[in-house]
Amino acid sequence: MSPWRLAARRFARNRPAVRGAALVALLALAALVGPLFAADPLAQPDPVRLQDRPPSADHLMGTDPFSRDVLSRTLHGARVSLVVGVGAALLAVTLGAGVGLVAGLAGRRTDQLLMRGVDVALALPRILLLLAVFAVWDNAPAAAVVGLIAATGWFQTSRIVRAAVLSLREADFVVAARALGEPGWGIVRRHLLPHVAAPVIVSASLDVGNIILLEAGLSYLGLGVRPPTPTWGNMIMDGKDVLLSAPWVALAPGLALVVTVVAFNLAADGLRDALDPRAAA
Amino acid sequence: MLRFVARRLAFAVVSVAAVVLVTFLLVHAAPGAPMLGTPETIASPEVVARQRALFGLDRPLPEQLLRYAVNLARGRLGESFVLHRPVADVLAEAVPNTLLLGGTALLASLLLGLAAAAAQAARHHTRTDTVLGVVTLVFYSVPVFWLGLVLLLVFGEHLHWLPVAGMTSAAIHDRLPPLGRALDVARHLVLPAASLALVQAAAFARFQRAALLETLAAAHIRSARARGLPERAILLRHALRGALAPTITLAGLSVPYFLAGSVLIESIFGWPGLGRVTYDAIFARDYNVITAAALVAGVLVALGNLAADVAVAVADPRIRVDR
Repeated sequence: MSPWRLAARRFARNRPAVRGAALVALLALAALVGPLFAADPLAQPDPVRLQDRPPSADHLMGTDPFSRDVLSRTLHGARVSLVVGVGAALLAVTLGAGVGLVAGLAGRRTDQLLMRGVDVALALPRILLLLAVFAVWDNAPAAAVVGLIAATGWFQTSRIVRAAVLSLREADFVVAARALGEPGWGIVRRHLLPHVAAPVIVSASLDVGNIILLEAGLSYLGLGVRPPTPTWGNMIMDGKDVLLSAPWVALAPGLALVVTVVAFNLAADGLRDALDPRAAA
Repeated sequence: MLRFVARRLAFAVVSVAAVVLVTFLLVHAAPGAPMLGTPETIASPEVVARQRALFGLDRPLPEQLLRYAVNLARGRLGESFVLHRPVADVLAEAVPNTLLLGGTALLASLLLGLAAAAAQAARHHTRTDTVLGVVTLVFYSVPVFWLGLVLLLVFGEHLHWLPVAGMTSAAIHDRLPPLGRALDVARHLVLPAASLALVQAAAFARFQRAALLETLAAAHIRSARARGLPERAILLRHALRGALAPTITLAGLSVPYFLAGSVLIESIFGWPGLGRVTYDAIFARDYNVITAAALVAGVLVALGNLAADVAVAVADPRIRVDR
């Protein structure tokens, strides 16, 4: 049986991991379909009389200080969180894998240059850079948020991939393939990538939750995807000032964040245990 | 060992220089300029030009960079455009407050995280392990600013146990005796520090549990067990000792987390620290303050990394430090 089938079987037997993955699927479905049925997240039906109403039949999660429907905004906010979380993790891992492959395969000088660069980049205070860029970038599109979070988040992955490539490069089966005259790209595609894939998948999946939290932090400060577009972060910002009189405004997006990140982390832990059985505990 | 430390120190200097360079270029390349005033206080173009000339902002970028570097080498951080005070003074006030907040949170999270991990590893595959696993997973997944708001709501506003804003009780602080003043600060410290610490403790616990379980399976633990040492002694004397170096490493590498968290938490609890200074400066395009804050942040991160590297090298003789 192939190692991937074995890993899939280990994952399927891990109950918390399966529950996490199911929850992720459910959240994705809610983000995709929910907004089609929900009220207009920007509509302010009556900013005077309908502001900060508690949950009721009309507004299942109540309304916010602008009389907007909290449920609808939470569903729309899920789109931003999921797109940014998954998108930035995938992009970061692709960048990191690319740089790691180049560093591991190219000559010593290129390797040294890239890895010293990564060392320095890891010392940069990421939040400060992101704050500085988004503070001047009014209303950055979600794509820019994805791009910049990825651009500041691939360094660790490149180290993992480089280390894997360096050890694989001298492995018997790679040496044999080279001796048989397989071209360089063929070796990368057929022999290196499949072996590098497992740690890369694990690192990407563990990143998703952290990136969702990072994006929420930025939009809580009013940066990145900006109001009035609902994000969980800026919904919490809206709810902060009415924390006492209308706690549901900040509680709904906060709980949504916790549930989403827990779901991703459960699935990611399961992936790690399935793909790297030695680390399983 | 000395050569190893010297090399890491040299690298730390290079990385701090890189942080300053990147930040300098980033803030100057960004659209928007300082000295333009707010819409209410629109200054005449002549006044703006004079102000910009005063700070050398009308010079070409390479010249500004060179000037900044020369001043920095002489230990001058310049003046804040907005606060009209030397940047060094602004930081001298803010940095100790952030170190107090971050240091307290770091210590608390290490103790809490290690205790949870030890409890889990000692009772592997039992209910304790499972429950603590769920608790740490949830805290690991909580946005730190939201946790701050929840703690503020529950312990500050509902139960009225603890103050929720600032570092001191303005009305009475100066009239308190020294011990009372320290207690006053400590009471203000609890909620912001707890917010930062609970999230990071969960991260530490998740990591340490895995590390402890791995150590408990190692050969020298098996032989200790075979000699009939009680489980408690094994955990405390053998397994936890092996966990000391990774703990220092974790603490060193967690510096960026506490810096990022301080930006969010300090704004919620009105804590007058580096995070708030940085946040305000970024929105005011206060170049000198932003760059200096990045410098301080870069130094703290570099020191953390240095501590982590040295801890690993001291603890693990297999790492050849002289190369």
